[in-house]
Amino acid sequence: MSAATEAATQPLPENLVNEKLVRWWFLAALTYLAISMLGGILMALQLIHWNPFTKIELLSAGRWRMIHTNAVAYGFIASAFLGMLEWTVPRLTMQRVLSDKLSYFIFFAWQVVVCSTAAGIIIGPSLQDQEWVANLSASLHLPMNLGAQGLEWGETPFWIDPLALAGLALVGANYMTPIARAKGPMYVTLWYFMAAFVWTFLTYAMGNFLPEYSLQGTSAGAVSGLFIHDLVGLFVTPLGWGMMYYIVPILLKKPIWSHGLSLVGFWGLAFFYPLQGIHHFLYTPIPMFLQYGAIISTIAVEFVVATVVINFVGTIWGDGRKIVKDIPLRWFYTGMIFYFITCFQCALQVTLTFQKLIHFTDWVVGHAHLVMFGVFSMWIFGMMTYLFPRLLGRQWASRRLCEWHYWLSAFGVFIMFLDLTLAGVFQGYYWSSLQPWDASVYGSQPFWITRLFAGLMIFSGYCCFITNLYYTWRSPVAETAPATNPELSPA
Amino acid sequence: MFESKAGIFFIAGVGFFAFAFLSNAAVPVAMYRDQPEKTVEELVNPRILYQFKELSRRFPEAFEDHVGEASEENCVKALRLGRQVYVGEGCWHCHSQFVRPVSNDSRRFGAVSETWEYQNELQRPVMFGTRRVGPDLTREGGRRGSDWHAVHFFRPKIVSTDSPMPEYPWLFDGAPDKPNKRGIALITYIQWLGSWHDTYPYYEELTEMQLNE
Repeated sequence: MSAATEAATQPLPENLVNEKLVRWWFLAALTYLAISMLGGILMALQLIHWNPFTKIELLSAGRWRMIHTNAVAYGFIASAFLGMLEWTVPRLTMQRVLSDKLSYFIFFAWQVVVCSTAAGIIIGPSLQDQEWVANLSASLHLPMNLGAQGLEWGETPFWIDPLALAGLALVGANYMTPIARAKGPMYVTLWYFMAAFVWTFLTYAMGNFLPEYSLQGTSAGAVSGLFIHDLVGLFVTPLGWGMMYYIVPILLKKPIWSHGLSLVGFWGLAFFYPLQGIHHFLYTPIPMFLQYGAIISTIAVEFVVATVVINFVGTIWGDGRKIVKDIPLRWFYTGMIFYFITCFQCALQVTLTFQKLIHFTDWVVGHAHLVMFGVFSMWIFGMMTYLFPRLLGRQWASRRLCEWHYWLSAFGVFIMFLDLTLAGVFQGYYWSSLQPWDASVYGSQPFWITRLFAGLMIFSGYCCFITNLYYTWRSPVAETAPATNPELSPA
Repeated sequence: MFESKAGIFFIAGVGFFAFAFLSNAAVPVAMYRDQPEKTVEELVNPRILYQFKELSRRFPEAFEDHVGEASEENCVKALRLGRQVYVGEGCWHCHSQFVRPVSNDSRRFGAVSETWEYQNELQRPVMFGTRRVGPDLTREGGRRGSDWHAVHFFRPKIVSTDSPMPEYPWLFDGAPDKPNKRGIALITYIQWLGSWHDTYPYYEELTEMQLNE
């Protein structure tokens, strides 16, 4: 068979991808993002004494703070990535996913997981004093929390954990099958995706069962550290970078700069990232040699990260001006700059010297926002800005609103990051100088007020995006399908 | 190997994860296997029992309605429920339970935390914490009276003017002197914190007789 006939017999991407489902995933993701942001705003209001709902149990700031983090991780980022996988994997493998029905099932099952997590966290604590809960808890020696469980990002109530884990196994099966069936060498993106499916499943299983059921104390602390770190490093990061390796060459219409550096980036991440979790609990009773190991592997991974960023700088080299007009590309490269900043910051803050001062402060909160919003959410917004015109068969209704979304988000998160980092330094010095505790709370107020407005900037950027999406959806369908979008992605 | 499906699945995916798990999680488990987990029944000590009885005297009607007798058995139940309230309400997102050996922590909060303090059912998962908006609570028990805690949970600003802590009126039947089942449990849990330690302070003078009462 000649190359020409082989190309002719290959299916078209349009026949491989279930575009409706991609759209659903993105809409679900954006809905959860709104809920998460409102939760964050509520907590920000609480800290500056402006919370108007202090007496309403179901709007308790403490519970909504957990909605904030969980809705971002499992609602927004997971849903957006699943939509992205539904689009990307068939295109890269020229294979359909394992089963279309399974894709639909995963979609609905995941909505059940996310919504019942939220319901559990909000309503669970109110039912905790029922007699049967206490009796069951005592007889099984299990902490039967109807609401949140006591592990960051592992708050998912215990009665949802098995369902979520089964869902992750199905996700792996659904999207790894086309990868397994594909012939020829695997593209970089697929390395990251494949590893991410394995890692996400293992990470979730480790973090949501071991510290709750079998381990306690210091050992549970070690596993908790691995879990909260791996959730970012082995679920969000590989899917995010896999997405970058897929989309950036398409937008720039040229291959990734160096295949060798891609290999270094992937294998370096795979080896060093899982080893770092304990750096979240430095100076705890966890054995000191394990803490040193975590610190060293964290600093090592920052070198690896530098190679990945260099690779992408090399790719855009000579075409840098494209980010002026190409909004998706601008989202991606801004995210990469923020990624480099977080990683550089990470190599410093992971040392015992920095930890002495900034552990337990807002510094860490600023870092978390820069990673989860400044990097991964920005990449997701870039992907959505690129894909929605293709999914809807319409151009964006307003380029200006796309710009507003970008600038409000980028400035908002950067201000929040600077503000909270500085707040962390202040708080650290208030504490170590043994001033009364209230001094640290009082001294944080200007920073917390600034943070609220930075958060509102981000939220208004989001509102621009939603408004734009609404008007785009309502506009008449373009005559020709926008295979390329001249306004946002000039050739 | 570096670009093959099997290499990525088994070496990067499963292999490196397993290596990290063995070296970072299995090692501390093995190191502390001689310190088995204590159940809540084993954790009840004279200090927390004193606080529990004291709660029954301070809020007699509420205590009678929601707990009954100030027995050891009921104290166990209150501790379990109290921790669940502590977790469910998200207290642990703003209060750590870990006195660090640095940053003058030990001068502010008391003795530096050690492994044995965490080897029990009420530290599953462990409550080290990740953020301190409010102070560390590892040694909070006994520092303040239970009526202070009741008022503080009801409306923190009454006793701590600038406190940004949320109010928890749903832990009460309408007034700070009427804690409900969850409220009593949470106060018991807070008073338990640090009760295993010789540095446990007493807010009010205690005698040997009261402890053995």
